[in-house]
Amino acid sequence: MNYDRILIRYGEISTKGRNRNHFVDKMKKSIQRAISDFPNAKVQGQRERMYIVLNGDNGEEIIERIKGIFGISSFSPAVKTSKDMEEMKEAALQLFRDVYEEGKTFKISARRADKTYALDTNELNREFGAHLLKNIPNLKVDVKNPDIDLRVEVREEATYLSCENIPGAGGLPIGSSGKAMLMLSGGIDSPVAGFLAMKRGLEIEAVHFFSPPFTSERSKQKVVELAEKLAKANGGYFTLHVVPFTATQQLIHKQVPENYTMTTTRRLMLRITDALRERHEALAIVTGESLGQVASQTLESMFTINDVTATPILRPLIMMDKTDIIKIAQDIDTHDISIQPFEDCCTVFVPASPKTKPKKEKVEFYESFVDFEPLIKDAVEGTETIHISPKVKEEIEDLF
Amino acid sequence: MIYFDNSATTKPYKEVVDSFVKVTTDFFGNPSSLHRIGGEADKLLMKARKQIADLLNIKANEIIFTSGGTESNNLAIKGAALMYKNRGKHIITTDIEHPSVRETFEQLEELGFEVTYLPVDEEGRINVADMEKAISRNTILVSVMHVNNEVGTIQPIEEIGRLLKNYPKVLFHVDHVQGVGKVPLDLNLVDLCSFSAHKFHGLKGTGLLYIHEGIQISPLLTGGGQERKYRSGTENVAGFVALAKALRMTLENEKKFLGNIVKIKETIIQGINELEEITIHTPARGSAPHIVNFSIKGFKAEVFLHALEEKDIYVSTTSACSSKKHTTSSTLLSMGVPEEIAKSAIRISLTYENTIEEAIFVVKAIKETVNKLKEVMN
Repeated sequence: MNYDRILIRYGEISTKGRNRNHFVDKMKKSIQRAISDFPNAKVQGQRERMYIVLNGDNGEEIIERIKGIFGISSFSPAVKTSKDMEEMKEAALQLFRDVYEEGKTFKISARRADKTYALDTNELNREFGAHLLKNIPNLKVDVKNPDIDLRVEVREEATYLSCENIPGAGGLPIGSSGKAMLMLSGGIDSPVAGFLAMKRGLEIEAVHFFSPPFTSERSKQKVVELAEKLAKANGGYFTLHVVPFTATQQLIHKQVPENYTMTTTRRLMLRITDALRERHEALAIVTGESLGQVASQTLESMFTINDVTATPILRPLIMMDKTDIIKIAQDIDTHDISIQPFEDCCTVFVPASPKTKPKKEKVEFYESFVDFEPLIKDAVEGTETIHISPKVKEEIEDLF
Repeated sequence: MIYFDNSATTKPYKEVVDSFVKVTTDFFGNPSSLHRIGGEADKLLMKARKQIADLLNIKANEIIFTSGGTESNNLAIKGAALMYKNRGKHIITTDIEHPSVRETFEQLEELGFEVTYLPVDEEGRINVADMEKAISRNTILVSVMHVNNEVGTIQPIEEIGRLLKNYPKVLFHVDHVQGVGKVPLDLNLVDLCSFSAHKFHGLKGTGLLYIHEGIQISPLLTGGGQERKYRSGTENVAGFVALAKALRMTLENEKKFLGNIVKIKETIIQGINELEEITIHTPARGSAPHIVNFSIKGFKAEVFLHALEEKDIYVSTTSACSSKKHTTSSTLLSMGVPEEIAKSAIRISLTYENTIEEAIFVVKAIKETVNKLKEVMN
């Protein structure tokens, strides 16, 4: 199609008043990151709209990239023209011919953002409609259900014309809500929680607990693959922290009665994650917990585990049914990775019958015989940070 | 060199060979191994499967990697027949199948299955009404090739697929080996479908069988349970990554150059039609864009093939698989072509790397060869 820019409409962020520039800035960064390998395309952010000026780059490929970017309510391939009536009509006709096929109906949706412009909305509709009808034989108008809706936006600086309105991913631009740490296990739930958190505008860094040789290198690879899927929503970039957890788990196993090991393990994971959160300047922890799903996700468990920190713990899935979570996992392509059968930090050292209603006082008592602090420090210090970026993936992509 | 024998095999794309070498060197692990090296290989295998599924508009778990067209055909036909033999022992195919289908049916016949071989018309096409008549309560499998490898006739797969929707007990296998990247096929209409990578610029020894989700067949190779137990044996990871790439490139080329290849075929047909000795066997309508089969009256096909070889032009007598046996093309005989003419049949088969200039050169070479050989024989 013969368009030279992509017009991007903001979703919820257009309701934000004073913070608006902050939101627009985050979204501009998201888009720039996603299309960074296109040499010529430029992103122009404004208060009301954003434009990607193609400058000759492939528009269709760029459209594919921005489909998943959060904060966009919809976008349209568009043409910019001057506000000269003849030039606008000619450009409109050309753009229309690109998408028109015999038998399709149309309407004009004019908008006059520049209130000083001589013609009003109705007059604009009539002018453009008449021009198309005159030049395309057998063309029919259908204002209720048109096949093609030609939008004409007369703004102060220029006029923009577009024919297609493509829905965006919605949500808020990544980073506009701040930063949080995601506890990423490798199961079905935590990647979905991460995705929803990112959609709500959080910048996410994931934390994974790795217990070699009890969990394998392949279970770690699985988590890296999940992180790569989450990176898709972020222009291909993502940070994953892999925490060495073997020593801690072994000590728990030795010190705590079997039916309480699960509770203590979760408490320590949370403490370590909280320490990493502080180090990486995040303000919350995101988990994939869903109420009642397993022993560690009863209200009693959550109460006892949550007790180790005052940091907000965000649980996007807390009230969701498993079937709905699975559906999202399938949509974001993480489901098939998650179901690969490798041992992970949640499946080794699982006691035969973990306490579903652990008592806070009891677990505190059991833990009081050991000083876990040095272990937590070691785990944080020994954490391996993996930076996922599109460049790292290129070598593999070349094989296909 | 003008290589016009692309239905026998294609030259692997350089990018495809590069992928193979890189994977087999750097990612040599066994995908079933639990360590990192195995995991990397497994990841590549998954990625290959996913890419192929996306390209073919099917699900990743509907792909069983095999060693090629012959194995895919054997697995589909024997696997289905053995699995469902208790439902009935009648199976249907056509007179013009590739030997890897025909011989498989003959083998099943020896094992007690009843086989109907459907005849074809003078264009090499079966009649769907014949198929409907042949189906009985005992029918469990129908196998029809998509594009005939010798003359290029396209079979009415969609019609058959729709017909068989009325017979839920009958599985539908399609040998799509010659159609890939040349004639589109909607896999939603079939239950089992064979592919061979070396026919679309991949490597020999790799192929796949599409098995529609929910359908079960008996494995032929049992062992470690790879490929969802349908095909045991350590996976040829490098070969299947190469297959995924070859398929992607081929389908991209199909989009870009299909018009071009149609023009090349027309140029050849128009050119050689000027010779009075020529009979063109490939039907004008309903044939694949890359195959031209013709006879030159009075010339032995093999002599003609070698005469063109002297000019560095490579064509084929009949299908490569049967040409060494010096048997006359069974497809042509089934179409009612007299044996005398069938004996002199030559097949030209194209791919997207061929050009109009090559076609013009080959037409000229064929005319010259006919005239020269005529002098010798007179």
